[in-house]
Amino acid sequence: MNGLNLRGVRVEYGGCAVVSSVDETLSAGEWLCLIGPNGAGKSSLLRALAGLVDFSGSVQLGGSEIRGLSARELARQVAFVAQDPVLPDDMSVIDYVMLGRNPYISTFGRESAHDRDVVAGLITELSLAVYARRMLGTLSGGERQRVVIARALAQEAPVLLLDEPTSALDLGHQQHALELVDRLRRAKNLIVVSAMHDLTLAGLYSDRLLLLHQGVGVARGGAREVLRSETLAEFYGVSARVIHEQDGTVVVVPQRSHGEI
Amino acid sequence: MTRWLLGGLAVVLAAVVGLSLGPAGPTWWRVPLVLLDRLPLLSIDSGVTDAQWNIVWQIRAPRVALAALVGAMLSLAGASYQGVFRNPLVDPYLLGVAAGAGLGATIAFAVNRDTTATWPIDPVPIAAFIGGVVAVALTYTIGTAFGRSRSATTLVLAGVAVTSLATAVQTFVLQRNNDVVRQVYSWILGRLTSATWGDVRLVLPYIAVSAVTLLLYRRVIDVLRVGDDEARALGVNVNQVRIVVVLAATLGTSAAVAVSGLIGFVGIIVPHAVRLLMGSSNRIVLPLSMFAGAAFLIAADIPGRILTSPSETPIGVVTAFFGAPFFLFLLRMREARQ
Repeated sequence: MNGLNLRGVRVEYGGCAVVSSVDETLSAGEWLCLIGPNGAGKSSLLRALAGLVDFSGSVQLGGSEIRGLSARELARQVAFVAQDPVLPDDMSVIDYVMLGRNPYISTFGRESAHDRDVVAGLITELSLAVYARRMLGTLSGGERQRVVIARALAQEAPVLLLDEPTSALDLGHQQHALELVDRLRRAKNLIVVSAMHDLTLAGLYSDRLLLLHQGVGVARGGAREVLRSETLAEFYGVSARVIHEQDGTVVVVPQRSHGEI
Repeated sequence: MTRWLLGGLAVVLAAVVGLSLGPAGPTWWRVPLVLLDRLPLLSIDSGVTDAQWNIVWQIRAPRVALAALVGAMLSLAGASYQGVFRNPLVDPYLLGVAAGAGLGATIAFAVNRDTTATWPIDPVPIAAFIGGVVAVALTYTIGTAFGRSRSATTLVLAGVAVTSLATAVQTFVLQRNNDVVRQVYSWILGRLTSATWGDVRLVLPYIAVSAVTLLLYRRVIDVLRVGDDEARALGVNVNQVRIVVVLAATLGTSAAVAVSGLIGFVGIIVPHAVRLLMGSSNRIVLPLSMFAGAAFLIAADIPGRILTSPSETPIGVVTAFFGAPFFLFLLRMREARQ
């Protein structure tokens, strides 16, 4: 599969730029993590890629511009998981995952046998079979996140966008969710673009990081290049110790300011 | 399939009861027999005279048919509005249909009613229909002209403005024509008293087009349950779907209001009751609301014509009598859940 190319992507709200001139190239199976302080433009960039907000510049997938695609065509190419997805309490897990097949079903049509097979396959693959018939309102946070990812995967899109996929999860469920995404992107050769606040996890799971500040990409590269004490101090305004483990993991530990902030 | 059969059965049962009961005509238990007798290949001695059959077929039957059509339409429109706006308290009169139709009817009553009442075709339902459609067209024009995003919220706010304007004009017309206040008031309360087969034929095409459109969209309306952004990310053209559904529901509602007046609460309580019993999937709620609405309004029309015979209690009073406490109960349930 061909890659995702962003050239001069710019997003404005009411004439004010929240994302400016972002350039990135991602190849199939690659995971890019957007990091940056609140208001840096991470979510806006993801929403632009998902077709939810207007943007200028160019976003090409497999050499084709996504701007001209209809909502249905775009949903076949790009799956988006919102930071706080709406999960109707009395909708069953299997019905919710089936929503991901919407881009393949005509407005007045019904699910085909293939749609049901895709959903059944995902339910099994993501170990959701035990609660496939349960209502969404009865699920725990970790289960809900797994179900949301299943719905996104049901779109069979080559690009998966995740906005703060672990923000509502405890440490264990954060790890489980990210391991799941990592396993799936390798198995399905997905391009993953995520926005995350936990810098250690961002560096641990993604191939590359893009640090956004006031909508502009100010640092990019692997965790060792981007997660540096001076970089974090400059753009997050934080005093943090960056530890380089022997296995290559980069750990970011905030330090007490002792009243200096 | 079982659900549809049960829904259809409920309508048939309500219709048979509706045809059987009334202040005049044959004894109630003879009516099911005469209905069977009228079916092909069946011959049953029901003991119903031709005069009594005329009461059943020319007076009660159009009334039952109209109640079924209006109840089905208001419930389906209510369920559709609630689905596309994701608000369970929205009713089919949201975009100014009621106020527009009320104004149209008021003008028809006020302009030389002594003469127009004798016309072969009563101008009141036509004026009400035109009033309802014009009000919604105005709402749509304002809502899309001033709301750059053509969002649903702008459309609803435009509906509020148009409702206020139409109500103000209606009040002005009424003040200038005190003699028709009673007639207008009676119309506003809703009635099926004067239903004819002509009324049924008048509204059937509009209600059929509206109902088919809404039912075809029920799967997509269900996708909207996850919110606008996520529905859009799932490939739904949210604004287009919302506009088509709102216009289809409004067309059917306008036709229903034109012949029945303003029958309140049906569009809210029936979809709610269906949700309580069958869950919130719009794929189920929309068609079952249609069946349940038809059965409910046929049933609600019965006490009004029997209890206070020979005069009639307006059906809007009956539906409100049951609807208002149920509405408060739902609000209470909602608060308790939150």
